[in-house]
Amino acid sequence: MNVLEIRDLGVDYQSNSGAVHAVDGVSLDLRRGEILGLAGESGSGKSTLAHAIGRLLRPPAAITGGTVTYHRADGGAVDVLGLRGEELRAFRWAELAVVFQSAMNSLNPVSTVGAQIEDVLRIHRPTMKRNARVERSVELLQRVGISADRRRSYPHELSGGMRQRAAIAIALALNPEIVIMDEPTTALDVVVQRDILHEISALREEYGFAVVFITHDLSLLMEISDRIAIMYAGRVVETGAARALHDTPRHPYTLGLLRSFPRLHGPREELLGIPGTPPDLRALPPGCAFHPRCGQALPDCREISPSLRDGVSCLLNEGKGVR
Amino acid sequence: MSDIVLEGRNLTKHFKAARGRGTVHAVDDVSLALRSGTASALVGESGCGKSTVARLLAQVYPPTSGQVLLRGRKVTGFREYRRQVQLIFQDPFASLNPFHRVRYHLARPLRLHGHARSAAHEKELVAELLERVSLTPVEQFMDKLPHELSGGQRQRVAIARALAVRPVALIADEPVSMLDVSIRLGVLRLLETLAAESGLALLYITHDIASARYFAEDITVMYAGRLIESGPSEALTQSPRHPYTQLLLDSAPDPARHSAPVPRLGARGEPPSLIAPPGGCRFHPRCPVAMPVCAGEVPGRTVLGADRWTHCWQAEARPTSVPGG
Repeated sequence: MNVLEIRDLGVDYQSNSGAVHAVDGVSLDLRRGEILGLAGESGSGKSTLAHAIGRLLRPPAAITGGTVTYHRADGGAVDVLGLRGEELRAFRWAELAVVFQSAMNSLNPVSTVGAQIEDVLRIHRPTMKRNARVERSVELLQRVGISADRRRSYPHELSGGMRQRAAIAIALALNPEIVIMDEPTTALDVVVQRDILHEISALREEYGFAVVFITHDLSLLMEISDRIAIMYAGRVVETGAARALHDTPRHPYTLGLLRSFPRLHGPREELLGIPGTPPDLRALPPGCAFHPRCGQALPDCREISPSLRDGVSCLLNEGKGVR
Repeated sequence: MSDIVLEGRNLTKHFKAARGRGTVHAVDDVSLALRSGTASALVGESGCGKSTVARLLAQVYPPTSGQVLLRGRKVTGFREYRRQVQLIFQDPFASLNPFHRVRYHLARPLRLHGHARSAAHEKELVAELLERVSLTPVEQFMDKLPHELSGGQRQRVAIARALAVRPVALIADEPVSMLDVSIRLGVLRLLETLAAESGLALLYITHDIASARYFAEDITVMYAGRLIESGPSEALTQSPRHPYTQLLLDSAPDPARHSAPVPRLGARGEPPSLIAPPGGCRFHPRCPVAMPVCAGEVPGRTVLGADRWTHCWQAEARPTSVPGG
């Protein structure tokens, strides 16, 4: 039951020194109602991928290939990359909404939060009466934990956590099937972050939308996701159930990430980290992009670029079942 | 116990809010001591005053009241103080001048503080500094501009620059929070090694209590301008005594905990405004175990053991049990 299928998607940034492959041959499935965590470091392509799915890319970014297929609840399939004009306007927000990292930048500073929700309804539900719009905006705000009297507040009158809640309320205004959350809690304090995560889980239970949750914080992702995809240098290097990824990581990069996090509970395990720095996308190493930082690299890793097979993209695992 | 190098005593800092909207009580009555060769952590959320404490200890601005003592004495004179106490900032993109090469960034403090005897000696010292922060081969890094370096490499240059003056104390204000996960560890390890090997007194300021557990010997927790709890890292993170420390620990993501329900402390809401902070204990409006006394009086220090204390009426009432059960 996939709600979204991404196949072999590529996104390039055109620059003077040639094209940079920010997303390179990514294939992913999003199942109906699940939280899919997308983890990676800066430059791994995770945000570019999300923007491509939402058709939000602007030049110099360009989609170079692949397909994104959206499956409606009633069974119809939509070619997302092929949508034009009115079709695209109708698809956006009604079927797929986005919550960005900085709510301060994604909210309109000169409009109240209530008005911003009502705007969405006015455009997408032209037959809806004014009273019904107000009612719906109050309902949505209350649903995300903002009291009704805050409907007339401007974004600057709200705290960071409240703004992010308001951004979530706007995203849910039309009951979308998919919500893309691009680092929605990164700018927030841990206590507020915890509240928002609870809120997202509860809303998902209630409305049944699927979430693509993007963050660099793997420990957070492990807690809230059903499945996780790990990206490195524009490619998905490992996917799997959150629990399996945590207990038995198969890609050396995943293993390295897991051993980079200090843990709060239990014994103080030794942190190993990952040597080196993330690669420059303009000059990727040949073969597997991770091989210069990999402790288990084989001679072949320098030449052969592994493909995602059975949820992992690593020569150690191809056919041989190492680890 | 090693000797105290840098000490803040009863530091208070109030700022005037813009357009006469009152006074911001950024830091109230904070006392902290840094020991040589020891990494201490100051943990708190944004707006709690931890960066103000860093700037007070570095004498970037003067305290409203209280004193900063270096080896038990007051030091006057900006440059003399800077020679001994150095500060590293969060954003390695903003703290290096984009027009100057790495060599310049490191040579300048050497020259200003009179450590370099000649041009050749200067080059030697710059190479030595780069080596200490593991930016090798040094020839390759010396002539790079900041934009040619990654975030982690830039932060290493900032650390090398701080070391150039041969300080006795180093204050690192969120040194890794802007770096990628896979390279944070390396920078923290470097700071740890420097503290241990050169006897630096290190203050690691962070919002990430899990990293403080690993990289500092003791942790002090701050909330809304006041210190609320302190202790050896392991004791503080494994058996917190202040309800706010408990909340902070419960809120931090932990992969080992996934899919297990998180016990909710009833502490909803957000930190208070520091223009009109709540009376008594500043955490009482959010505290799940608040008592009437908490709203009325500021809790004093309850000593719980060697180097272990908290400011909480619950702990005062029952100094041996854990608040909230």
